[in-house]
Amino acid sequence: MSEFLQQLLNGVSLGAIYALIALGYTMVYGVLRFINFAHSGVFMVGAFAGYYLGKLVPEGTIAGGLVVLLGAMVACAALGMTIERLAYRPLRGAPTLNVLITAIGVSLFLEYTGQLVFGATPRTFPQIFPTAHFHLGGLVISSNQLMVIGVSFVLMVLLQLIVFRTRIGTAMRAVALNPNAARLVGVNNDAVISFTFGLGSALAAAGGILYAINYPSIDPLMGVMPGLKAFVAAILGGIGNIPGAALGGLLLGTVETFVAGSQFSTYKDAIAFGILIVILLFRPAGLLGKFVVEKV
Amino acid sequence: MSLRSSFFGLCAALLAVGTVLVPPARAADSRTPVRIGAYASLTGSEATWGQSYERGVRLAIEDVNAAGGVLGRPLELVIEDNRSKSGDSSTVVRKLIVRDKVVAVLGEVSSGRSLEAAPICQQMRVPMISNGSNPKVTEVGDYIFRVAYIDPFQGAVMARFAREHLKVGRIAVLTDATNAYAVGLGRFFKERFIADGGVVALEQRYSSSERDFKAQLTAIRAAGVDALFVPGYYTEVGLIVSQARELGFTGPVLGGDGWASPQLIELAGNNLKDTYYCDNFSVESEEPETRRFIARFRARYQEDPDSIAPLAYDAVGLLADALRRAGTTDRVKLRSALAATSGLAGVSGTITIDAQRNPQKPAYIVGFKDGRYRLVTTIAP
Repeated sequence: MSEFLQQLLNGVSLGAIYALIALGYTMVYGVLRFINFAHSGVFMVGAFAGYYLGKLVPEGTIAGGLVVLLGAMVACAALGMTIERLAYRPLRGAPTLNVLITAIGVSLFLEYTGQLVFGATPRTFPQIFPTAHFHLGGLVISSNQLMVIGVSFVLMVLLQLIVFRTRIGTAMRAVALNPNAARLVGVNNDAVISFTFGLGSALAAAGGILYAINYPSIDPLMGVMPGLKAFVAAILGGIGNIPGAALGGLLLGTVETFVAGSQFSTYKDAIAFGILIVILLFRPAGLLGKFVVEKV
Repeated sequence: MSLRSSFFGLCAALLAVGTVLVPPARAADSRTPVRIGAYASLTGSEATWGQSYERGVRLAIEDVNAAGGVLGRPLELVIEDNRSKSGDSSTVVRKLIVRDKVVAVLGEVSSGRSLEAAPICQQMRVPMISNGSNPKVTEVGDYIFRVAYIDPFQGAVMARFAREHLKVGRIAVLTDATNAYAVGLGRFFKERFIADGGVVALEQRYSSSERDFKAQLTAIRAAGVDALFVPGYYTEVGLIVSQARELGFTGPVLGGDGWASPQLIELAGNNLKDTYYCDNFSVESEEPETRRFIARFRARYQEDPDSIAPLAYDAVGLLADALRRAGTTDRVKLRSALAATSGLAGVSGTITIDAQRNPQKPAYIVGFKDGRYRLVTTIAP
């Protein structure tokens, strides 16, 4: 029983990180109808921003840790908005495929610029937050796991509030629903899209920092696998749907952890992705997504 | 001019330029250096190994040249980086052989990457000296040699150490399923451990790019074992040991020479308490040749050598010795001379090449104490 609970905890804390990254994919898709593959690169830059900021603040303090987290989020929000301005805005109105290929290009650009700037050697991420372990029967809970789950939860609630309770959130939903109609009623589409990229990139940075706190070895290609998993999580939950991304991330993380702890550990990705295929066979729009017929 | 004929025209022109640029084979005069190729992971995930390997090779070449070189000619090194990636080694080794025309190839520290380059060296009849410990490396063919001990020996040594020294009854094995070295070492360890009366309670696997091992470790913790054997590389081992300690696993953790890197200590720190691994070299060894090397290394690089640099140094020593005995840079004669190496005093022990082109040498078991790994015991072959 304690093994089951321990695995559940491991799975949920891994899934919470997938969920944070998945939110970025899903928001951009919701507004622009394209998959921003550069997202995993932003995730990596977030972790490296944390690595350098972590050297400037005292190690192992809550205040210092929050400064690093917020600093990295701001830096990546700026990066996300810059990418949107330079790479995607000139392609507005072009076929989706062009934007998609550009996104893959930006992703590779970030990864290999990272190799050039940071070097390909893995770095050890500093302990920016204080750490402790709590024992509950046979269950060991680390403060890092609680931190991941807590921070993810707070950020998701904040995001939900921004999207449904603020003016800019209303504008985002308007652009998602119909960009032309939104422009007609006075929404500045460019500003809204830029904001969406900033918000999604800040979440990716938070994901990068939380990932690095739990697995303190970072390198420029660290974003590839988590990025892919988060993309799958976003599809699984129903792309374009915020609670769906969170659900998809948690589900994927938990399934993966349970498979990894069994005798089939080498098949964990195959089994996790197999489940995805089965779910999509029965619910093509994802768990919480609504199936919409594309108008031609 | 049709496209086709312009293509042939271009080819002919290139061919003509090539003929002019490539000088005809010169008779070896005393100024022509003997070119040695090396490939290593100078960047990427196992960069600490590649960089250390380069230091060892360069130091050895400086020493050989200071002593007058070989055959009256100096040695010259051409080193290539494979970025710790699979696929790159075959490309750079082909370049070393075809373009740089090296007499022999040194590398790699990793068995997996050695296995990529070995078939090329074998096919082109260029002697290669590897550091990889997986037996398959030298099985590729008669041009492939090595300076490290092999995994069956290493696995047996660690199994014996676990049974006799640590009195371990039940053990779990956590293997990197994507790494030829780890899979081989895990198997050899298991066979010997069971033969010695121990129980392998659980086997778990991971793949090398992963960062989360808590799922496997939770299953291992639930299996109630005395110790854990992790035959992987330091990049993952550092995270595995930290996560195991975090989950409350307090038993000893053991491994092989894949652990040998200062970055392991940086990653896992004091979580490494009660961990042991088997290595090719120890700075605490009292052999005169080893002491001389350590003094030389400290003077040159202002720090203690790890276990990679001494093997790289010995690889150059092995090659220089064979070149002297062969009396020529002819690769066929060089190969025969390498195969006949016997009782050569190396810095990581005395080297005799056996019929399978492997050296016979002792293993050093080190344990973590006071912030660094210290010699626990030496086991002879």
